[in-house]
Amino acid sequence: MSSTTVNSGDERSGMRPVAPDASGSRKVLQPAWVRIVHWVNAVAIVIMIMSGWQIYNASPLFPFAFPRSITLGGWLAGALLWHFAAMWLLMVNGLVYLVLGFATGRFRRKLLPLSARGVIGDTKAALTGKLSHDDLSTYNQIQKLLYGGIIVVGILIVLSGLSIWKPVQLQYLTALFGGYDIARYVHFACMALIVGFLIVHVALALLVPKSLRAMIIGR
Amino acid sequence: MRKLLIPGVDKRLLVKDAVRQMPDLTRRRFIAGGASLGALTLLTGCDVSDSYSAEALLTKISKFNDAVQAAIFNPNTLAPTYPESAITQPFPFNAYYGVDDAPDIDGKDWKLEVRGLVENKKPWTLDELYQLPQEKQITRHICVEGWSAIGSWTGTPLHHFLKLIGADTSAKYCWFQCADSDGYNSPLDMATALHPQTIMAFKFADKILPRAYGFPMKIRVPTKLGFKNPKYVVSMEVTNDYKGGYWEDQGYNSFSGS
Repeated sequence: MSSTTVNSGDERSGMRPVAPDASGSRKVLQPAWVRIVHWVNAVAIVIMIMSGWQIYNASPLFPFAFPRSITLGGWLAGALLWHFAAMWLLMVNGLVYLVLGFATGRFRRKLLPLSARGVIGDTKAALTGKLSHDDLSTYNQIQKLLYGGIIVVGILIVLSGLSIWKPVQLQYLTALFGGYDIARYVHFACMALIVGFLIVHVALALLVPKSLRAMIIGR
Repeated sequence: MRKLLIPGVDKRLLVKDAVRQMPDLTRRRFIAGGASLGALTLLTGCDVSDSYSAEALLTKISKFNDAVQAAIFNPNTLAPTYPESAITQPFPFNAYYGVDDAPDIDGKDWKLEVRGLVENKKPWTLDELYQLPQEKQITRHICVEGWSAIGSWTGTPLHHFLKLIGADTSAKYCWFQCADSDGYNSPLDMATALHPQTIMAFKFADKILPRAYGFPMKIRVPTKLGFKNPKYVVSMEVTNDYKGGYWEDQGYNSFSGS
């Protein structure tokens, strides 16, 4: 699992021969392509969520609206402009991520194997304060579940979004989601899952600053 | 810009009131600028000095999205149709004014004017239009706001009428003008105008179109969002020029295909 990260460390020392540092800080945890798509995705998803909330407010599905202070676009037309601009960033960047994730074997290495027993075991360990995060190069079972799951949610939010955007031209896709009206609920539910994920993700990144550092400078 | 955001006042209505006082040329710029200036102010909490460049970028991407949508528009793809039992009861009235302010048109005086790149510019009375062959459709109306409703419309396929008046169907747009108080108008790209389900609707639910739904004539376009389905139509111009539209000028994507 850690073979690539070790290799990239070796390549680096080949180019710049300095003594390996005992703390292992020279190990590349997050390759450059992961860092780039991560931060592009962060910008895209924040724009999509904030403009999406403003669009939701034009015709709410539930008896509440999002406060205007946390929405983007000012009103419906402005929000739609942002939403349909950032969707390209989200989709193109997401495709790059999926292609590279499969092609480099990162998904297989990082997200597998995953088992129900493992998730339960690690959840217990986390709740009793026994889950270690010393080795950032390896994901525990909960991380594998959440990082793998959020990829699936990401794919679903794009597909449900497309089916709301083009319910005539892409009517088979829309039908797959149970029709236009239900696709709106699916789109909303995916947003809620992503927001939930983001809260946990950002909180943990701040609790374990070296993981945030790795996502910025790579190690 | 912050001062323009008055708590408790709907910005959309505020802008609309302001716009009524303005001459046409400044209108487009102001609205387009207003929308995203406000957006950036809300995003950053302060004025962004070069927000016009963000505005310009968003407008450019929206035009790009027009082109993408035109490219994926399949003239042979039909909007799904539904059984009578699926019709939304009551079908919602929706406009930027209340139903009491909807145009009240006398069908005897009304004529459909035909202008632009057409051979026969003779205006059409309602009785003449009622003689044309009609088709019925039960389709989903999807509003730009997100809600949808299924309705039943009956009328003459627009492609039939365009042929009848000798329209140049290689032109880019059919531009519709309406009797709504602020002069509603909307451009329809020719490919969509020629789509088999695009009709000049004269009936809703088998009855003469009621005032609330656009009497005497609504252009029903099930491959477009609701605001691209003009009601109370008074004239149609076949043209190569993009003449803008009531909502399009305020920032809604112009193609807005479904």
